[in-house]
Amino acid sequence: MTRKQRRGVLIGTCLAVLGVAVGLVLYAMRDSIVFFYTPSEVTSMQIAPGQRFRLGGLVETGSVVRGEGTTIRFAVTDKSKTLPVTYTGVLPDLFREGQGVVAEGTLSADGVFHADNVLAKHDENYMPPEVAKKLKEQGVWRGDAKASAAEPQAKVN
Amino acid sequence: MARRCQGERRGAASQGELEEHESREMIAETGHYALILALGVAIVQMVLPLVGARIRDQQLMAVAGPAAQLQFLLIAIAFIALMTAHITSDFSVENVWRNSAVAKPLLYKISGVWGNHEGSMVLWVLILALFGAAVAIFGTNLPYQLKANVLAVQASIAAAFLLFIVTTSNPFVRLDPAPFDGQGLNPVLQDPALAFHPPFLYTGYVGFSMAFSFAIAALIDGRIDAAWARWVRPWTLAAWMCLTLGIAMGSWWAYYELGWGGFWFWDPVENASFMPWLAGTALLHSAVVMEKRDALKVWTILLAIITFSLSLMGTFLVRSGVLTSVHAFAIDPARGIFILAIMGVFIGGALALFAWRAPLLAQGGLFAPISREGTLVLNNLLLTTACAAVFVGTLYPLALEALTGDKISVGAPFFNLTFAPLIVPLIVAVPFGPLLAWKRGDLLAAAQRLMAAACLALAAIVLVLAFRQRGPWLAPLGIGLGIWLIAGAVTELVYRVKLFDTSWSEAWRRLRSLPRSAYGTALAHAGLGIVVIGIVATTAWRSEAILAMKPGQTASIAGYTLTFKGVAPRQGPNYRERVALLEVTRNGEEVTELTPSKREFTLEKSGTTEAGIHPNWRGDLYAVLGDQLKDGGAYSIRLYFNPLVRLIWLGALVMFIGGAVSLSDRRLRVGAPRRAQTKATPVPAAE
Repeated sequence: MTRKQRRGVLIGTCLAVLGVAVGLVLYAMRDSIVFFYTPSEVTSMQIAPGQRFRLGGLVETGSVVRGEGTTIRFAVTDKSKTLPVTYTGVLPDLFREGQGVVAEGTLSADGVFHADNVLAKHDENYMPPEVAKKLKEQGVWRGDAKASAAEPQAKVN
Repeated sequence: MARRCQGERRGAASQGELEEHESREMIAETGHYALILALGVAIVQMVLPLVGARIRDQQLMAVAGPAAQLQFLLIAIAFIALMTAHITSDFSVENVWRNSAVAKPLLYKISGVWGNHEGSMVLWVLILALFGAAVAIFGTNLPYQLKANVLAVQASIAAAFLLFIVTTSNPFVRLDPAPFDGQGLNPVLQDPALAFHPPFLYTGYVGFSMAFSFAIAALIDGRIDAAWARWVRPWTLAAWMCLTLGIAMGSWWAYYELGWGGFWFWDPVENASFMPWLAGTALLHSAVVMEKRDALKVWTILLAIITFSLSLMGTFLVRSGVLTSVHAFAIDPARGIFILAIMGVFIGGALALFAWRAPLLAQGGLFAPISREGTLVLNNLLLTTACAAVFVGTLYPLALEALTGDKISVGAPFFNLTFAPLIVPLIVAVPFGPLLAWKRGDLLAAAQRLMAAACLALAAIVLVLAFRQRGPWLAPLGIGLGIWLIAGAVTELVYRVKLFDTSWSEAWRRLRSLPRSAYGTALAHAGLGIVVIGIVATTAWRSEAILAMKPGQTASIAGYTLTFKGVAPRQGPNYRERVALLEVTRNGEEVTELTPSKREFTLEKSGTTEAGIHPNWRGDLYAVLGDQLKDGGAYSIRLYFNPLVRLIWLGALVMFIGGAVSLSDRRLRVGAPRRAQTKATPVPAAE
């Protein structure tokens, strides 16, 4: 094989692999990306039943109802709109009323969000960043005051 | 700048308490002072040797070695001071107050040092300085100029991060008055596996800085040869080993601590550590080509730069707060911007230097597509492409949000769909690599030698197909791939010792005289096979059940029968927990008792879920206790059976051991190699 041919094989293989990779990425992007919405956005836009998305907001106080078996009903609110959610399974440790939550699942035709995954992460002060930002935009964010109020004054040497 | 503030002592503190307080204060202040001194030393170590190498001044270049050792010593003093403050619960140090508490067990007081942003950055530079000092001490036969340049580049990274620590993330900030008790450490971090996960991960990340520094030094020198690869390889291998183990530990921790029964979530933070691993694995293999065949030089340099850049990006992603997760300690945007700036300078600078100087480097030898080099190029191609796919999936949401404001999440389906198809061809090709000759290989001969391995893999596929009741049809093929890797690794050893061609004693003699690196390769490849089998089996055949159970009720999963006996409270050292008791039987015989629990950490006002796990050669029986339900004393309980899941971490351990065996090879010993066309006899300058 000549030098030229060898180089050709190398470049050809590289291009082929890259082409396949780009194709895979584009294909996967179409199907496996999940958008994040707040209850207000969900009510204002038409979301096809069965389309997966993430719903973020606060668990409405007093809305958690443990029903038959392990199915749980609660409502997610962004303080302007509220969406009912059902979930079957074990809720994460830090799932609390009034705390931030992100649920992933689909909307059914009757307007109930069926979550198959609920995230409420590792810290009682944790607010999913998406939720915090949306709440800030809507002017109902109170989280920052809490963080700085309770601490003794730090002193730099 | 370092204004010393004496805290006001008040109340009727006895003389002894006062003295104790003074000595503690000394410790924290000494640490702070040492850290600032280390920054000064790093700047000296960065500037003088670089200038010395330029003007060929031996004395200036000679500064590098002692400076590197001094810098390590100073950072070690700072680190020990911080650790002392944590162990003695000196709450006058803000970092201790925020992340520790009197009641916290000792192990977590120690691991709490790096369980927070500031402390973990000190650990980062400590490891960086350790590598620099190691080059200074062991690199005695490195060419003078190369050594000076390497240590200067290493020092520039250290200087940037020390400046970052001192200005934005100072762990020695003091509080006055000192609080009586701290705020405690995030409960999910109070775990033995996680105590050691960051040091290993950082050793991996930071270890790649050696390859980076050598690459930059080579670019500055404008000279690179096979000996360069021999110097770089041990460092890269050591970093790769630690990163492998660090990632495995993180995955193991997530498996039993987060209570989801999964081992990998394609979380951005996980990806941040996985990308350097992929690039580092590629670097390891391309360095072999460079060392043995003097080819792929420019590519290897670029790969070294990319690998460390990905490590820096991992640090940025995790430390900047761009990603909110358990790892994101930082909330201060100044920190994120600072790390972003460091990243920009080093990555941008390195790539610019590469673009400028790389064309000067001599091109290496040629080889046929079907050859050992050819397979290693294929390895590099597929690994870097897979790495790029992970990169796109990890950063696309960030980029999209920055550009359009749309918030999306890219989850496991994306990565499974893009990563797996790129990695499977690589796995198929792995056993061929070591069986092909350098320069020009015989694919047919290699295929014949691999016949036994292929038959074994095929038999495994048929066997699994016959016995499986459910699960995707691809799963048996996955198991076959794992067997193929393991059998391929064995095949290579068999042919190298000529097991069936010579007498047993001759084969035994050959087996003993085989270089350790051959064993290392075989072990690492077999380890990968074990990981593949574990991943495929767990993903395809895991059983899951979510149940509402009342005391006395039973449930069955994967042949086990579990009887729920009830829930009892228990007091731990710094938490309260509710422990469920589940009796497990199998075919009427008692197997074990599972005690999943929910812990409530009073001080931290936060809880953790402790899974009850029964490990077994068939797989893990895994139980998680949920909330109490409204209807009469029932609890929600989640049960999993994860077949062969332990193989994932066992395989990673085998890969680590493979790396260690290879590292112990004489020829790879740090500092052993000498430059090929050495200028051993310094000819007087007669040009």
